[in-house]
Amino acid sequence: MALPQDLVREFDELVKNYPEKRAALILALHRCQETMGGWISPDIMEDLAAYFALEPVEVYGVASFYPMFRLRPVGKHVVSICHNISCDLRGAQDVIAQVCKLTGAPLHGTSQDGKWTVATVECAGACANAPMFDLDGVYHEDLDAEKIAKILGAVK
Amino acid sequence: MKAFDTYLLDRAKQDGAHKLESYRKLGGYKGLEKVLKTGLTPAAVIDEVKKSNLRGRGGAGFPTGLKWSFMPDPAKDPRPRYLAINADESEPGTCKDRVLMERDPHGLVEGSLIAAYAIRAQAVYIYVRGEYRLSHDRVRDAILEARAAKLVGKNILGSDFSCEIYMHKGAGAYICGEETGLMESLEGKRGHPRPKPPFPAMSGLWGQPTTVNNVETVFNAPFIIERGGAWLAGIGTKGSSGNFLCGISGHVNKPGVYELPFGVTAKEIIEDKAGGIWKGRKLKAWFPGGSSCALLTGKDVDVVLDHDSLKARGSSLGTAAMIMIDDSTSIARVMEIIARFYDHESCGQCSQCREGTQWLAQIFRRIAHGKGQPDDIDTLDALAKGMAPGKTICALSDAAAIPTLSAVRLFKDELMECVRKQRDPLAVKQPEYAVAGGHH
Ligand SMILES: Cc1cc2nc3c(=O)[nH]c(=O)nc-3n(C[C@H](O)[C@H](O)[C@H](O)COP(=O)(O)O)c2cc1C
Ligand code: SF4
Ligand code: FES
Repeated sequence: MALPQDLVREFDELVKNYPEKRAALILALHRCQETMGGWISPDIMEDLAAYFALEPVEVYGVASFYPMFRLRPVGKHVVSICHNISCDLRGAQDVIAQVCKLTGAPLHGTSQDGKWTVATVECAGACANAPMFDLDGVYHEDLDAEKIAKILGAVK
Repeated sequence: MKAFDTYLLDRAKQDGAHKLESYRKLGGYKGLEKVLKTGLTPAAVIDEVKKSNLRGRGGAGFPTGLKWSFMPDPAKDPRPRYLAINADESEPGTCKDRVLMERDPHGLVEGSLIAAYAIRAQAVYIYVRGEYRLSHDRVRDAILEARAAKLVGKNILGSDFSCEIYMHKGAGAYICGEETGLMESLEGKRGHPRPKPPFPAMSGLWGQPTTVNNVETVFNAPFIIERGGAWLAGIGTKGSSGNFLCGISGHVNKPGVYELPFGVTAKEIIEDKAGGIWKGRKLKAWFPGGSSCALLTGKDVDVVLDHDSLKARGSSLGTAAMIMIDDSTSIARVMEIIARFYDHESCGQCSQCREGTQWLAQIFRRIAHGKGQPDDIDTLDALAKGMAPGKTICALSDAAAIPTLSAVRLFKDELMECVRKQRDPLAVKQPEYAVAGGHH
């Protein structure tokens, strides 16, 4: 496999922002995850290693260090629920239970139809609007049961 | 609360202030113009910031002008040099930099340029946590607009000052907010903090002189340049000047991010801004500045918010993120979450931190779940004392130890009761859900 040409062109521009090429690795991992199926497959790691002239194990070492990078396939939609203190104080556990129930996904797992993955995350910086979740990269804040049902119900 | 003047959030409150045109209409880029058009030297800018007594808003409260003056003299040290803006904002409870980046991104661009000018950096890297998409995009777009208007890039506003600004993204690791972890991450590596010395001003990004500043810190710079260091020094208290962004979350009626001058009391913030403790309950405990500082009790709300007053109470201002906990809440539960967080985020390089955070998490968890052992409270105390102060490469270990020591000191009886009864009397029955194996 090889990286898609448009991504390669994008990375060629990105690496110009740094005195050393590999500085763009984390941004490149983000772009791969965003555009190539929602997770970082072993193939992607090998391709990135080739692009950045690193050993694949080094790319793995970086990808596995950062919680945002998923090293296993995920559902079509990902709900990341904050379960840190400010959210817990305002009902994060109820949010988790409701999201799992509505989506049919177990926490840290994917629903059988492959539509949903549900996970917890640490403080997302939305503490004054707790509880919150991130749905496919978009924050939803000041959640309550009604709002959650509406947000998830609108997802195709 | 006495009346006070605001400046930090004035533009952010206007719709559309994130566009260059509105930013300029609201007085933006006047500070940068003053620097470049009246021929202020970098040393003069640093002097003005020193005069202002501005202290860093990233958590440690380090004097900003002093930090800038640590950068070597370019006549003697001609290496390239960098400014890194810390927009990782991951300390639990903290959600203030986001307001500035989403609603007033040019304020960050202008502040970064003034800071870069003062330390003579030719490039700025803005490290935004990966989850903050809107913040990232707003600041990126502001840089594009600013570049088109000759405010970023070569010969800014026709002067001989040239400076690039680049966006960078994190990917969900709290430790990358620690300044040397941030630099490793910016270099495309795992965010493992580096031992100090060498300090960043001598050897930072790619081994070159580097200054790391928080978003809100440099956001103050244009105001200081325009209005003078003495103006900022005149706001607030003796050791803490200016206004600050206070995020208040948890059990209050109106959580939010509020701009306040140093010197207001916690009680004033809770009552006048946050609408009081919710559900008619009483305040049991609170973190004044994020989860890394010592807990205070409901009785401590008379304390003034500034660096020295909170230190005198045995806590700290941290990121000024107040997390409020009402009297129906179990401290064991609170600490179970806090300890889990530090265990999850420890990078594992230092044994005290790696092992210590793991033990703290396990012990608080079993206490909260009715399985505490008779000497658990003493063990927590001894463990935390072995983790800090200053025993590890970075302060994450301290960040886990400090709230633990405060919880054990202030709420020993409550924790002991959970152990004795083999259940947590304040536990709330949690809803049930299935958990799949693994964590990704
Ligand atoms: C574990 C840890 C996490 C930190 N996270 C952040 C953060 O998210 N944002 C931040 O500005 N500073 C953070 N800091 C503080 C930085 O190390 C550094 O002191 C700060 O960015 C300096 O900026 P200032 O002088 O403008 O405050 C953290 C420190 C530690 C020990
Ligand atoms: S104190 Fe903890 S987080 Fe910091 S370097 Fe050591 S192990 Fe890593
Ligand atoms: S604790 Fe949930 S967003 Fe901060």
